[in-house]
Amino acid sequence: MDTSRSYLEPSSFSKKLAATIIIVYTVITLIPISWMVMTSFKNVNSAISYPPEVFFEPSLEGYVNLFTNRSRQSQEYLDSLPPPENWYEELVRSREMVITGPSKFLGRYSNSMIIGFGSTFASVFLGALAAYAFSRFRVPLKDDLLFFILSTRMFPPIAVAVPIFIMYRKLGLGDTHLGMIILYTVVNLSLAVWLLKGFMDEIPKEYEEAAMIDGYSRLQAFFKVVLPQAMTGIAATAIFCMIFSWNEYAFAVLLTQFNAQTAPPFIPTIIGEGGLDWPAIGAGTTLFLLPVMIFTIILRKHLLRGITFGAVRK
Amino acid sequence: MSQIKIANLQKSFGDFTAVKNSNLTINDKEFFVLLGPSGCGKTTTLRMIAGLELPTSGEIYLGEEEVGMLRASERDIAFVFQLFALYPHMNVKNNLSFPLKMQGYSRSEIKTRVEEAAKLLRIDHILNSSISSLSGGDRQRVALGRALVRRPKAFLMDEPLGTLDAEFRELMCLELKKLHIDIGATTVYVTHDQLEAMSLADRIAVMDGGEILQADEPAVIYNKPSTKFVASFIGSPGMNFININQGISNEQSTLNIEGTDFNIPKQYEISKSKKNSFGIRPENLSLTNEGGLKGSVFGVEYLGSRKIVTVKTNFGEIKVKTNISTSVKINENVQVKPSNNNIIIFDGETDRSLKSEFMN
Repeated sequence: MDTSRSYLEPSSFSKKLAATIIIVYTVITLIPISWMVMTSFKNVNSAISYPPEVFFEPSLEGYVNLFTNRSRQSQEYLDSLPPPENWYEELVRSREMVITGPSKFLGRYSNSMIIGFGSTFASVFLGALAAYAFSRFRVPLKDDLLFFILSTRMFPPIAVAVPIFIMYRKLGLGDTHLGMIILYTVVNLSLAVWLLKGFMDEIPKEYEEAAMIDGYSRLQAFFKVVLPQAMTGIAATAIFCMIFSWNEYAFAVLLTQFNAQTAPPFIPTIIGEGGLDWPAIGAGTTLFLLPVMIFTIILRKHLLRGITFGAVRK
Repeated sequence: MSQIKIANLQKSFGDFTAVKNSNLTINDKEFFVLLGPSGCGKTTTLRMIAGLELPTSGEIYLGEEEVGMLRASERDIAFVFQLFALYPHMNVKNNLSFPLKMQGYSRSEIKTRVEEAAKLLRIDHILNSSISSLSGGDRQRVALGRALVRRPKAFLMDEPLGTLDAEFRELMCLELKKLHIDIGATTVYVTHDQLEAMSLADRIAVMDGGEILQADEPAVIYNKPSTKFVASFIGSPGMNFININQGISNEQSTLNIEGTDFNIPKQYEISKSKKNSFGIRPENLSLTNEGGLKGSVFGVEYLGSRKIVTVKTNFGEIKVKTNISTSVKINENVQVKPSNNNIIIFDGETDRSLKSEFMN
């Protein structure tokens, strides 16, 4: 018998097999994403050429088109203009067009940021308070309340789209940042309460008792002692909430048009001349991916520990 | 520092009464230990004094002030938890200064006080360490430090040595005692370990089933227990009880058990109960060849300096603490006899010890 390793440790064959499976899986999942990123750096023609080009000359046309509105002009008119002031004007003119102004993308993108981070903050903050109360106090009908909170997620949120649409119109919340933040917070809150309650239960109550003995009120103890220790749970919850509100499409289409429209309903509406402007769509989607990716990478350490819930105790 | 007094204190959780109508006065600068088995209400009593639980009824006085319904943060007392409850996201220095920050001390004042406490507890070299890197003993010292930087009216400690290993526990026991002598703070200490209680306490209160059975100096608790429970809980092994199946009359000073007359301290109380028992500590018994209770040796335990011989008699097993030179064999017939008059008769109905020349 091979005594050099514990029988609990997997054999090198199964380790290699596991690694191979993971690599294959990663490559498969990464193909659409890398194709999207590649498309964003193609020009309009190479984006739709057949057979598809894997090696191509990179171009920033997609990004320029994403951020600008352009109009096609005659060669005589273009010749009459003063020489282009910068590289992107030059790029646009080489396509026989002039830039007529910035596109709506930046506005939609910042709407997504405001609504995404705003609702994430609200869900986590309110969720943490509720979870703490459920975890520490004798709340009457505690189990029923928790079940009720969970039950709000037992149907797809879009099932209540019509009543919400009508309510929002009456309340004047339609197409507002506040309205979307409230909506996403409501949807995320049940998840936040349940996830965070698990984490709060894991924090011994002696910590806040010690703080209260040290002269702090319960609320101060909550902020100074409980919250820092719930960071793992807060990070995990924040990522889940962020991913939902960042990606949400159906309500955004239904409830927003101009003022508070987020990026998801906007990106598919980017239409170029004579068909969809695939490089611009690719560019928009790539930029759209970045914030959640960065957010997740920053909180990744917490997320990995967080997903195992109470499995890890100090 | 101040005196702590609890009057008619009661605490119920639903149908369960954790603390029954307790009265207790803990003197200024006293090291007071609440001792009892788990679930006896000692921790609940401590938590009520701290303000972490509110009493169902009764009063708690801290000095002159009635604090029963005040919040923990308004009572100016310190609490050392069993698991220390040091804030893991702060280093040692921040843990120590945390209570002071709330009270609005200046930065330099906080620094002096923290350093002073650190020096007293000999943790000044680890002030910048993180909590997770500390040993059990150091965590204990930091927890004590956090309690004493604030110079509170009283220290409350809930089994603070419970999680330490035996070697550390002995060391920390000594340190705690020394610390108490140095700063002279009123201390209430909860434990289920009678050795800890005996070695630390100025006075001990023994609790069982939510009731305070006896509160007195360790020697009194040990030698003159007021109830059968105290007698059996304190001492290792506990007191021997022999069921005497007879009443006790006033001025009685001998007792006939199985046809042999034994001298007992002159009794001052009458008890007609047929379930009275005769209580005697193992070290007050000796093995003899005649004139005692007959039995046979059931087991012998060596304790280094003494031996404990368990003798099987018609009244159950009786433990005798004997000299190391005594040699007996298992199943050997022996007799057991009191070697002095430290004998207590317990009433069969109330389990209280009866008054006598010894139990005065």
